[in-house]
Amino acid sequence: MAKVQGAIVVDREKCKGCEVCVPACPTHVIELAKEVNGKGYHYAYMANPDGCTGCSNCAIVCPDGVITVYRVKTS
Amino acid sequence: MDVKEIIKDENLVYKKTSLMTSNVLSYCPGCGHGTAHRIIMETLDEMGLQSQTIGVAPVGCSVLAYDFMNIDMIQAAHGRAPAVATGVKRTRPDKFVFTYQGDGDLAAIGTAETIHACNRGENITIVFINNGIYGMTGGQMAPTTLEGMKTATSPYGRNLRSMGNPLKITELIAQLPGTYYVSRQAVHTPSAVRKAKKAIRLAFEIQKENKGLSFVEIVSNCNSGWKLPPVKANQWMVDNMFPFYPLGDIKVDGQLVNAQ
Amino acid sequence: MGELKLMKGNEAIAEAAIRAGVDAYFGYPITPQSEVLEYLMQEQPEERTGMVVLQAESELAAINMVYGAASTGKKVMTTSSSPGISLYQEGISYIAGAELPCVIANVVRGGPGLGTIQPSQADYFQATKGGGHGDYKLYVLAPASVQEMADFVEDGFNIAYKYRNPVMILTDGMIGQMMEKVELKDQKPRWTDEEIKKMSDSWATIGKGNHRERNIITSLDLDSAKQEKHNHHLQKKYRQMEEEDVRFEEINCDDADYLIVAYGSSSRIAMKTLNLARAKGIRVGLFRPITLYPFPMKALNKYIGQVKGILSVEMSAGQLIEDIMLAVECKINVQHFGRYGGMIHSPDEVLQALETLINGGNNGR
Repeated sequence: MAKVQGAIVVDREKCKGCEVCVPACPTHVIELAKEVNGKGYHYAYMANPDGCTGCSNCAIVCPDGVITVYRVKTS
Repeated sequence: MDVKEIIKDENLVYKKTSLMTSNVLSYCPGCGHGTAHRIIMETLDEMGLQSQTIGVAPVGCSVLAYDFMNIDMIQAAHGRAPAVATGVKRTRPDKFVFTYQGDGDLAAIGTAETIHACNRGENITIVFINNGIYGMTGGQMAPTTLEGMKTATSPYGRNLRSMGNPLKITELIAQLPGTYYVSRQAVHTPSAVRKAKKAIRLAFEIQKENKGLSFVEIVSNCNSGWKLPPVKANQWMVDNMFPFYPLGDIKVDGQLVNAQ
Repeated sequence: MGELKLMKGNEAIAEAAIRAGVDAYFGYPITPQSEVLEYLMQEQPEERTGMVVLQAESELAAINMVYGAASTGKKVMTTSSSPGISLYQEGISYIAGAELPCVIANVVRGGPGLGTIQPSQADYFQATKGGGHGDYKLYVLAPASVQEMADFVEDGFNIAYKYRNPVMILTDGMIGQMMEKVELKDQKPRWTDEEIKKMSDSWATIGKGNHRERNIITSLDLDSAKQEKHNHHLQKKYRQMEEEDVRFEEINCDDADYLIVAYGSSSRIAMKTLNLARAKGIRVGLFRPITLYPFPMKALNKYIGQVKGILSVEMSAGQLIEDIMLAVECKINVQHFGRYGGMIHSPDEVLQALETLINGGNNGR
């Protein structure tokens, strides 16, 4: 059975930690990091990378456009 | 599969359009302006219109929109963007012209320019960001501030008797024969963003066909002005702004679709 | 020789705009200059040359339509009269700050406030010293005939594009409304989009191609150091105007013991005074600034040591006189004579004031 697996790359230094991507993720992949970036923001990251399907919801709703999304089909 | 194996160019499904510059947005965390900017630029990118589009930035939070939109842009005086856009479109009818304006700019100081550009049916697109507050100057009352809503200049809440009513400018301009497409959208969830982008796409398609003015309102948040964290602000918007400013198309193909 | 016509000054400006290949005119009716928009609507320049003419909903909109069209490198102009020009000031400041070329005519009427619809020169300070907010200058041309109303449209655009700066034609209800013979130039073609691109692609918002970075028309710079640098750049342009593009006319000034300095309508009246005075044996000359900014400082300065007195004749309460006094470093006795609020002086009144000056009297204000 074909399965879809995804991954996101967050531009940490440009992320403002607004958290809007967190509820947008249907598989609860994203959380805010305990660490902060150069501006002092807790940036978003993939806390549960296995759950990512590459649906792009997080990137679409990110006000700062800091999320890039990748997806592969695995079998 | 390891994440590193997934993150490869051939697996790319979404990245920020090159029509957005690499400048860090000057907006507060979670502000809808960034998303609104991006879907306009994505639309122009997808339609191949970068070299044919001239944008007009307002006065307000998005005064620096030209720092982020990678197209030729004009910064207009407060409220005058529709007049500036008229000047561009009348002399350059082959170009795509849009204004990007907030509620103070479009519905207070620029009401006359808005209404007359709409009434003349200028072949331009107006994108109207309504967050019910003056963000840039520090959260003062806007023409679209809701009844009872607290702002820096309505600290006890908007009093309709003394401060007037919130203005549904979008319903107002939808009545004018010059407007061909009028819609109200939001950008707080993925599905809302997708719908809003469709509306913007339609707006530019209409401009391409010279059918008249296309107007897309985006009801948005102002976390700093509303004094709420972004996710809570979005919920407040759903609970309070949407009942008064309901989402959806108001006028399609020159016909009112929703008796408001 | 071009076509000869009998026209109102306001009509001449409109016809000259069509013939100069202007791309667009945006305006709003106001007395005493409504004939400009009326003439253009009557002539249908869209048919003749493709020139766009639009009646805006207000002066605020009109000047911002000018701002928009000028941003794309198009030749654009507008006209109004004093109260309307006051409403233009915000837009003019933006146009000057963003360095856009355009021509604006002010057919001045008496003020302040709603004032009167009769001719006046009371907007001299507004036109020459700034008018709107911030440190900027307009290049200001003052026509004294219907012929110059027509000629200064093209002259104005030449300067506007040389400096990327707004140009004002400062005239008044007298020249706007009076009819005179005018020789009109032949029709010039409007610039093609290719020609505009060649000239203005480095700054105009005509669409970002892959060959260049995006162009931005703005007067905003939140970085004050950059804003100061921009101001230095503007000032450099103004100094260049002062060096290269000052215009004036001297009539019977070579042997003059006294000078009348007057521009526009006042200079026409002063011409008659000149004749009356010369008939009486008074050696008086007429110095007529054609550019009010840049003011002909050096040309007037050379009369220090030659003339004993200067009479500033203006339909305003002592505005022009300030530039004259600066020009002659207060080394000559400069006096003011003028009527205000829409009243026009007679040649005899001016002669009387001149004789008062000559006889050691004081015209006061």
